[in-house]
Amino acid sequence: MNAEIIVVGAGIVGSACAHQFARRGLDVLVLDSQRGGATAVGMGHLVAMDDNPAELALSRYSIELWRQWAPSLDPDCAYRNCGTLWLAANREELQAAEHKRETLSAQGIACQMLDASALRQAEPMLRKGLLGALKVSGDSILYAPNAAHWLLAQGGARITRRQDQVSEVDGNRVRLADGRWLTAEAVVLAGGIHASELCPELPIRAKKGHLLITDRYPGRIQHQLVELGYAASAHANTGTSVAFNAQPRPTGQIFLGSSRQFDSLDPQVEGPVLARMLRRALDYLPELGKLNAIRSWTGFRAATPDSLPLLGEHPQQPGLWLAVGHEGLGVTTAPGSAQLLAAHLFKEPAAIDPSPYLPGRFLPVPRPTEHSA
Amino acid sequence: MIELILDGLALRVAAGSTVAAALYLGGDGSSRTSVGDQRRAPVCGMGICQECRVSIDGQRRLACQTLCQPGMCVETHA
Repeated sequence: MNAEIIVVGAGIVGSACAHQFARRGLDVLVLDSQRGGATAVGMGHLVAMDDNPAELALSRYSIELWRQWAPSLDPDCAYRNCGTLWLAANREELQAAEHKRETLSAQGIACQMLDASALRQAEPMLRKGLLGALKVSGDSILYAPNAAHWLLAQGGARITRRQDQVSEVDGNRVRLADGRWLTAEAVVLAGGIHASELCPELPIRAKKGHLLITDRYPGRIQHQLVELGYAASAHANTGTSVAFNAQPRPTGQIFLGSSRQFDSLDPQVEGPVLARMLRRALDYLPELGKLNAIRSWTGFRAATPDSLPLLGEHPQQPGLWLAVGHEGLGVTTAPGSAQLLAAHLFKEPAAIDPSPYLPGRFLPVPRPTEHSA
Repeated sequence: MIELILDGLALRVAAGSTVAAALYLGGDGSSRTSVGDQRRAPVCGMGICQECRVSIDGQRRLACQTLCQPGMCVETHA
């Protein structure tokens, strides 16, 4: 036995899992290939998403956990409770905002409608003519790579992190690139987009995204700004889509998303896609055209067919536990995911209904072998 | 030779000089102060690294990609 728990992947989800097990007194070995995944490149927007009840339950619960941790996070985690404004550009979107307000309020999430003039006052950089916005005050931002480090550091001596490439998993064993096998009570696969290399049966597809950050222009925007058409883009299953999403970094930079593309694993920034994304952003923030961008990059979200993560034991591999498929919401939902996984492993009741995230919805349980008479 | 203003002082440089060259000739070589309060200076010299962002006539530009012009006002503490 090389550890009580082996976690594959030191991104935000793997780190949150390691943190959770260490808090329960287990010795955790975290293996990471240092190739980087969504944690290293994403926006770090902690956002209550409500496209289905399970997504809302997990994001609401997780944001509450982040809020509890916020006072102890290291300053370099750059946690800011800036809130989200969901922007309505037309009557349909205004209705969608009102619907979202009802859905979130029913779950106890603080939010309020801003009319056109209140929105203008809150965010004067936005173009004229927007009809209003839904303000979700409890949403926040953080710098996810440092938050992942913080989570691992909280485990103290219980967590050992090693740079190692895992080449194979088999139940509660993992094989390293040099051929050695390591064994634990349980192996947690939290490798995000790389998890499919170890478990090709996982229903995970890569969704490529472009990001861009400006030079420092403090005070231009105050909230994370997202167009209400974002959910439609976020959940499209084919083609390329873009949606306006802008974040005020604590440095004064403006961090812009978002794009979604399927079936590309090429990390190259694609001019035409970036141009579409920026045209969308300019439509909401016309003054952006006078600011300078300093970096643009891409990343890959690990998307499942129903946009919910896989959290639970692999039905075909006893001892192997899955915490993958968080798509673009992994930084938000890492704390709740880790709690659910720990509850499964310790056979404890979970804080929210764990069934919508069970891997069995995509991975059939093998039938017992039938012997012929 | 052309004359420009660097951090409030007049500086004469050869025609064809970049602003990055002017920073070395007339100042501390730096283009700006970072968010961590460090002075930063041109590195790559080819418009990629973005280290040489500097205020030129009130606009932020890349010093290594900008040629000095008569009367140009360059400010590294903006």
